[in-house]
Amino acid sequence: MKGMTIIVKTISSWVKMLIILFGIYIILFGHLTPGGGFAGGVILASSYILLMLSFGREFVEENLPLPIASKLDCLGAFLFAMIAILGLVFGGAFFVNFLYQKYLPGQPLELISAGTIPLSNIAIGLKVGASLFLVILTLSICCKDFKPNTPSDGKE
Amino acid sequence: MAIFYVLLLFMIIAAIIAIETKNLLSSVICIGAIGFGASLMFLFLRAPDIAITQIVVEVLGLIILIRATISRDLTFITGDREFFGTVISVVIIFVIFLAGIRVFETLPDFGTAIFAKTEGSASQTYIEKGLDDTGAANIVASVILDYRAYDTLGEATVLFTSIIGATVILRRKAKKLLEEPD
Repeated sequence: MKGMTIIVKTISSWVKMLIILFGIYIILFGHLTPGGGFAGGVILASSYILLMLSFGREFVEENLPLPIASKLDCLGAFLFAMIAILGLVFGGAFFVNFLYQKYLPGQPLELISAGTIPLSNIAIGLKVGASLFLVILTLSICCKDFKPNTPSDGKE
Repeated sequence: MAIFYVLLLFMIIAAIIAIETKNLLSSVICIGAIGFGASLMFLFLRAPDIAITQIVVEVLGLIILIRATISRDLTFITGDREFFGTVISVVIIFVIFLAGIRVFETLPDFGTAIFAKTEGSASQTYIEKGLDDTGAANIVASVILDYRAYDTLGEATVLFTSIIGATVILRRKAKKLLEEPD
């Protein structure tokens, strides 16, 4: 994939930060407003998809290489499992909301409240975003190898 | 209520077009129209969480599908249907339709929750004690990340496993290994 014209490149380089900010907002405010880890993670992934469509796959691969993306994926899954196991250690049962019940009650409707729920949202957002980015990256790598239009191109 | 019937009609027409059209790209766009209709329906049913997720996933899936269909050459689907297979599928659909009528007669009316009337049922407990138990103002977050967190763990595991499978099958090294003779 080569990328598109300079108009698309300029606009998408302006818009990408807004999309990333919106995704972070959706993840961080998941326990107060509609949204949460899954939707925010998909929004984060979609900003990179926009970059991939406008600038080409090589640009995105330099920005966020595949090993780092897979490490982010594993980190998200690890964090979510870790929160569950910390509930077992401190609260007495798997997935207990120990932060809210014992250490950090917090006021409802504030950003720092609800104990482990925002942390779980962050972990799930990281995991879903990196996973969907990986899916599309691997699919586009795979797409490059199949060239039904030009079988005798000789470039590969 | 009328908006739901309009949306349902729109989605059914889009689904029929998506099945019947010969062009692959217009079929993909019709599938996107079905998804956007579903997200509008969730919005009118006052489920903004699901509506956000549905619309974001739908945009992403539409982009991927269009990208995948454009990179291929757009072949038109040709060929007739088999007579025997068509008859069998119509009979199966008719039987399921007859069974579905009997089932739908027993369902409660639209918008009346039977669990809300029962004392001490799970959904009523979540609504009444959700804020006190978890401290999260968004009750959906308190259900999926506190009461039903095992579900979310399972979902994350499914996603993780599918990503591992896709990366292993589609990675570049495996293709090179296949091409090179040992």
